[in-house]
Amino acid sequence: MFEIGLSHYLTVAAILFTIGVFGIFLNRKNLIVILMSIELILLSVNINFVAFSSYLGDLVGQVFTMFVLTVAAAEAGIGLAILVAFFRNRGSIAVEDINAMKG
Amino acid sequence: MYTAAIFLPLLGAALAGLIAFFRPEDEQKKHSWDLAAQLVSCSGLLLSAALSIWIFFEVPNGGNAHTVHLMTWISSGTFEASWALKFDTLTAVMMIVVTGVSSMVHVYSVGYMHHDSSVPRFMAYLSLFTFFMLMLITASNLVQLFFGWEGVGVASYLLIGFWYKKPSACSAAIKAFLVNRVGDFGFALGIFAVYMIFGTVQFDEIFAAAEAKKDLSFIIFGGEFHALTAACLLLFIGAMGKSAQLGLHTWLPDAMEGPTPVSALIHAATMVTAGVFMVARMSPLFEYSDTALTVVTIVGACTAFFAATVGCVQNDIKRVIAYSTCSQLGYMFFALGVSAYSAGIFHLMTHGFFKALLFLGAGSVIHAMSDEQDMRKMGGLWKHIKVTYILMFIGSWALIGLPPFAGYFSKDIILEAAYGAHTTVGMFAFWLGVGAAMLTAFYSTRLLIMTFHGKPRGDEVVMAHVHESPPIMLLPLLPLAAGAMLAGYLGYENFVGHNASLFWDKALLILDSHQALENAHHVPAWVKYSPLVVGVIGIGAAIVMYGMAPSLPKGLANAFPGVYRFLDKKWYFDELYDLVFVRPAFYLGRGFWKAGDGQLIDGVGPDGIAAATMGAAKRAAKLQTGYLYHGAFAMAIGVMFLVSWYMLTH
Amino acid sequence: MIVQALAFYLFAGITLASGVMVISAKNPVHSVLFLILAFFNAAGLFVLLGAEFLAMLLVVVYVGAVAVLFLFVVMMLDINFVELRQGFLQYIPMGGLVGLILLLELAMVVGGAHISPETAEAIQVPIAAAGSNITNTQALGLVLYTDYVYLFQAAGLVLLVAMVGAIVLTHRRRPGVKSQKVADQVARKADETVKLHKVTTGSGV
Repeated sequence: MFEIGLSHYLTVAAILFTIGVFGIFLNRKNLIVILMSIELILLSVNINFVAFSSYLGDLVGQVFTMFVLTVAAAEAGIGLAILVAFFRNRGSIAVEDINAMKG
Repeated sequence: MYTAAIFLPLLGAALAGLIAFFRPEDEQKKHSWDLAAQLVSCSGLLLSAALSIWIFFEVPNGGNAHTVHLMTWISSGTFEASWALKFDTLTAVMMIVVTGVSSMVHVYSVGYMHHDSSVPRFMAYLSLFTFFMLMLITASNLVQLFFGWEGVGVASYLLIGFWYKKPSACSAAIKAFLVNRVGDFGFALGIFAVYMIFGTVQFDEIFAAAEAKKDLSFIIFGGEFHALTAACLLLFIGAMGKSAQLGLHTWLPDAMEGPTPVSALIHAATMVTAGVFMVARMSPLFEYSDTALTVVTIVGACTAFFAATVGCVQNDIKRVIAYSTCSQLGYMFFALGVSAYSAGIFHLMTHGFFKALLFLGAGSVIHAMSDEQDMRKMGGLWKHIKVTYILMFIGSWALIGLPPFAGYFSKDIILEAAYGAHTTVGMFAFWLGVGAAMLTAFYSTRLLIMTFHGKPRGDEVVMAHVHESPPIMLLPLLPLAAGAMLAGYLGYENFVGHNASLFWDKALLILDSHQALENAHHVPAWVKYSPLVVGVIGIGAAIVMYGMAPSLPKGLANAFPGVYRFLDKKWYFDELYDLVFVRPAFYLGRGFWKAGDGQLIDGVGPDGIAAATMGAAKRAAKLQTGYLYHGAFAMAIGVMFLVSWYMLTH
Repeated sequence: MIVQALAFYLFAGITLASGVMVISAKNPVHSVLFLILAFFNAAGLFVLLGAEFLAMLLVVVYVGAVAVLFLFVVMMLDINFVELRQGFLQYIPMGGLVGLILLLELAMVVGGAHISPETAEAIQVPIAAAGSNITNTQALGLVLYTDYVYLFQAAGLVLLVAMVGAIVLTHRRRPGVKSQKVADQVARKADETVKLHKVTTGSGV
């Protein structure tokens, strides 16, 4: 309990991951929440990497985290650009109204 | 020479057929092509008829009976069938009838069908029919006979339905073919039975082995049957169909839809006699089966009587003659049934002449009345068409069986033979035959009176147009009339008299136990005169009812409406068959079609699979909602399953 | 030790709480703000793990750039307050179940896991023991520009592509806006633009 071990950090990351996944399919409000949920997921992954890196004594985990960070930033930028373009065409970003791809 | 007699009609048919095919539409040229077709077919037939006469003098009376082998047809293991032409007395007699009547009908048709649009086709069909009939009568084995048998059925269908644009003609043609088919099925089974018994279908071999096999019996469906009886009965079913005996007779009256020359050729002289010929040909087999002979006698007698009763109430001139044919065929059959084969064939020959004469004469009447066939609209014609009247008078006289015309000789010997059989069935046949003779006299006289005598009942336009037929139509009737008058007297001694055994030689077999024909010459006097007496009664009754008191028939019909309707509806045979066979067949077919094929096979097969595929696809498509969160949710569930599976298996 | 544990629980708790609030806040601006809070606390966790460079990186890049970007877009799009829709409640059971299962499995994996002894040999970039002079930043730098330089360049390219993509997706030409077409200007020839007229004095051009 007081001795913070690897598993504590991993649990935190796991819960954060689940929250992120929930955010994707439970939200009905707007698309931005989805993008933010993705950021949460990536964050949980980062926590995982760094925790392992620290407990195994291997710096590679942190190097990889940097790259994840980079890609997450790029992805957030592009996602928001798409969102803006979508909003300009549809006038709404309510997730419930986005079903033009239905079969 | 022998082969040529058989194949000349085929050549005529082929050439006429080619002409029919290639005939130009142009009105002027069409006429000369028609003429060519008529010439080709008539000359083929006339030559064939001349050769038949020569054969008639060559073969019978212990002459040159032989077989002309043409070609091997089937040779498979022990089963051999070849194209071979058998010439003996029976063949020669039949050839005279067939080629004689056919050639006269060909010449007659030139005039009768003059205004028709498809003359070459008609002539081709007539010659084709004659060829098939000749193949039938010269067959040396059962398979070749069956070939001819089926062939005449086809030709009959083509000719009955000649005016194919008329729906009634097409239905009549189909009816004829189908009813014949029922008979042919029995015939085929008979051929199989014969093959099973004898191991061969060649007539010579069968007849040689017949006596040895006479006690053979085989086991079918657990029951033991006398082999020859079974085979003969099955063959007789075929004869019943072809010769319109009671039970399979329903097609004959409807066959009058065809042109009159067709009725004369096919349904008077030739095709319907194929059954009689076949039974006579198979006499060596039938002799050994008393059951079969009994059945033949009963059926023949019943047919003779039944058809005569129906013929009394018919109003269409051709139908009267058609039922008369049916009745006379019954006579021929019960003659065969009492083992008086030669008498049956004798009557076949004389009947061929006078019946053809009657039909062609009726054709003349119809032609004169501008295609009117209902006798109720005729009357008072004898002054206008004297030649036709005289010819029909001769024909009727021969039919009624008054001396000295042909019918007297042949009909009387049949009735005497029936009496002379001294069996129950023989007596049964005799009395029915006498009854039928009276009715025959009645309806024949009725026909003459209604058509030619009395006040004219046709309207003025028609009556003004009444004219005698052109010579081309009258000339062929003269040889037929001569035959109707003289054939009986001339043929008596050879066919059934003292020269009979020499004349027939080995063509017919009569066992010593069947003495009907022998006894026929020694019957009591009242038997000899009974046909004459009833004939006169019949004539008298007809003269009274139609000549002197024309209101009498109507009064009689009103007094006995049930009887009248029963006869008018032909003893309700058509209605019975419709109820028992036709409707159930249609229901069955429709049931199989709609439920079996439509719902079951199509439902499970193509349609069902297609519908199921589409249904499944529609349901699968509902998964694609287009909502992002549904997809994400699906991914999450998938991940969960994947992880669970991994954890459980590792 | 206790301080460490306490710090850990504090940071972890607030991170998780903020995460939940991100997805359930009504006001989208609040969602973004909670996201920022989550990032800050995650940075705190990183510091506890000894990766201070990464923690600062998180603050600078994630909070400073990405979250601000989110805020920009949220405000620009002028999104309305959206009531919690009915369908949300309907999906909680099923979604809850799936999430719960996932969580349990993760916990099982984590709980039952142990470090295999071979990993000791597989360490690629060993962290210097505590007490040495090399900072986290320096250690990262030593490795990043030498062993992982290609990946580093690739990351740069990714960023470049993202930048170009974002501009392409959202750039629009407003009609009526005048702008220079430099290429046309440069390619102009004298004889197309200037014409010499002999003009008599007194009359116009």
